[in-house]
Amino acid sequence: MSEATRKRPDLRGWVVPGVLLLLWWLATAQEWVDTRLVASPAAVLEEAWQAAASGELWQGLAASLGRNLSGFALGSLAGLAFGGLLGLSRLAERLVGPTFHALKQIALFAWIPLLSAWFGFGEPAKVAFIALAVFYPVALNSFEGIRATRHELLEVARVLGLTPAQRLLRLVLPSAAPAIFTGLHLGLIYAWLATLGAEYFFSAGPGIGNTMIDGREHFEMDQVIYGLLVVGSVGLLLNRLAAWIEARALAWRTGGR
Amino acid sequence: MSTLQASHPFQAFPARPWPGLARALRRVAAGGAALLLPALLLVVWQVAVERHWVSAQILPPPSRVLETFGELWASGDLWFQLSISLQRVLIGSLIGGALGLLLGLAMGLSRQAEAYLLPLFQALSQVPVLGWIPLLMMLVGIDEALKYLVIAKAVLVPLTLNTFSGIRSIPPSYLEVARVYRLGLLLRLRRVILPAVLPSIFTGVRFALTKGWIALVTVELLASSEGIGYLMVDGRQMFQLDLVIVAMLVIGLVGLVLDQGLALVETRLQRWQRQAF
Repeated sequence: MSEATRKRPDLRGWVVPGVLLLLWWLATAQEWVDTRLVASPAAVLEEAWQAAASGELWQGLAASLGRNLSGFALGSLAGLAFGGLLGLSRLAERLVGPTFHALKQIALFAWIPLLSAWFGFGEPAKVAFIALAVFYPVALNSFEGIRATRHELLEVARVLGLTPAQRLLRLVLPSAAPAIFTGLHLGLIYAWLATLGAEYFFSAGPGIGNTMIDGREHFEMDQVIYGLLVVGSVGLLLNRLAAWIEARALAWRTGGR
Repeated sequence: MSTLQASHPFQAFPARPWPGLARALRRVAAGGAALLLPALLLVVWQVAVERHWVSAQILPPPSRVLETFGELWASGDLWFQLSISLQRVLIGSLIGGALGLLLGLAMGLSRQAEAYLLPLFQALSQVPVLGWIPLLMMLVGIDEALKYLVIAKAVLVPLTLNTFSGIRSIPPSYLEVARVYRLGLLLRLRRVILPAVLPSIFTGVRFALTKGWIALVTVELLASSEGIGYLMVDGRQMFQLDLVIVAMLVIGLVGLVLDQGLALVETRLQRWQRQAF
């Protein structure tokens, strides 16, 4: 492949989605399927347009993102503190580590019935669930990142007589930063998944997950597909955002020296 | 552990007598430390409920959870629900696994297939399984087909990716040798490609089954009248949290057994691979 052809964007990736879209459109336009049950692409666009124009979309998004971020903040702070403690203290690791690793085995969604018994079905339960989803990857990655600090560096620190606080700020945290950011990045992805789950399982309210569940209950497929598109795009955007912040925050490691 | 030894200034000194005994003691101590917190928690939990600091409804005492577990086990109910769940995971994984393997092989072996399919695959796999559930419910209903599809989707993604990247990371020299010998596609697959990607596929299987199990729990919580997830929903609706906790423990245990069991097979497999080359 020459330089010129490589520069051109590869359009082959669009062929299959295009064909599928065309089939979907044909199937509904030619009424191969019952159009009362299966929504057409136009109906989905129409639904999305109306939701955006009436403000319903933004309300739902704001509600979902709001609980997503509060859960993320709570869970990542707790995860950082917990992972840091386990990483810095062998005693804490021996005492708490095994229990932590054992509880990690329980599938995230299996916590929902218990959480609903403890926190009810409202906003606190949703945020608690999202926080739990974020807690595990953040705690695990910060723990492993801190534990992976190179021994030679720690010895140099000891020789130089750094205080524990200096050692933490100058040495341990910078060296663990990539792992911690990986944990936060994973946490952000999990948080969005958990937001969706929380909206499905807990009580009704504003939120993009509720839009989809409502759509299913009233058998409005256009609403469900539009919700799916929004969920996918937000997930993608959050992912990109996290990658961008990660690259920015860790830029000092590769350049600028 | 190695820090202590490495930073010890007098490495040449004879080691402590009875190194084996010391190690055994340390292991016992570590095991004791690991169990200390759970034991303490259980005791506090039990006492707290017995003294009515918290209601047994909100937090059923460990003794009650154990009792419920015993009852469910004895009545065969636990096995019944678990076998339904496991059967669903098996069927869904077979569907998703077969498709994932084919898709991964196709994209790995053919640059054309990769160019046509990979972008769509990546876009679709970005949307979590959970997002697909409402749409799938409308298309196939809430019966067994829904469970198989959800599990199949969860299994398909990691298996496809692992197969694909496994093929792409085969050292080019192997393929060159195959070309020199003018091996046909089938022979090339059997003698060169499959043996080289097997470990990577197996790692994919391990991830995939764990994902499939998690997806099963999710879908059973949402729509099911049988299975281990349903057991939790049922327990929650009757506010029998002991039942919920038993189900949680079983879910965790099955996840652990799946993961660790497959990890064991994986190490065996890797040993075979190392010996083979």
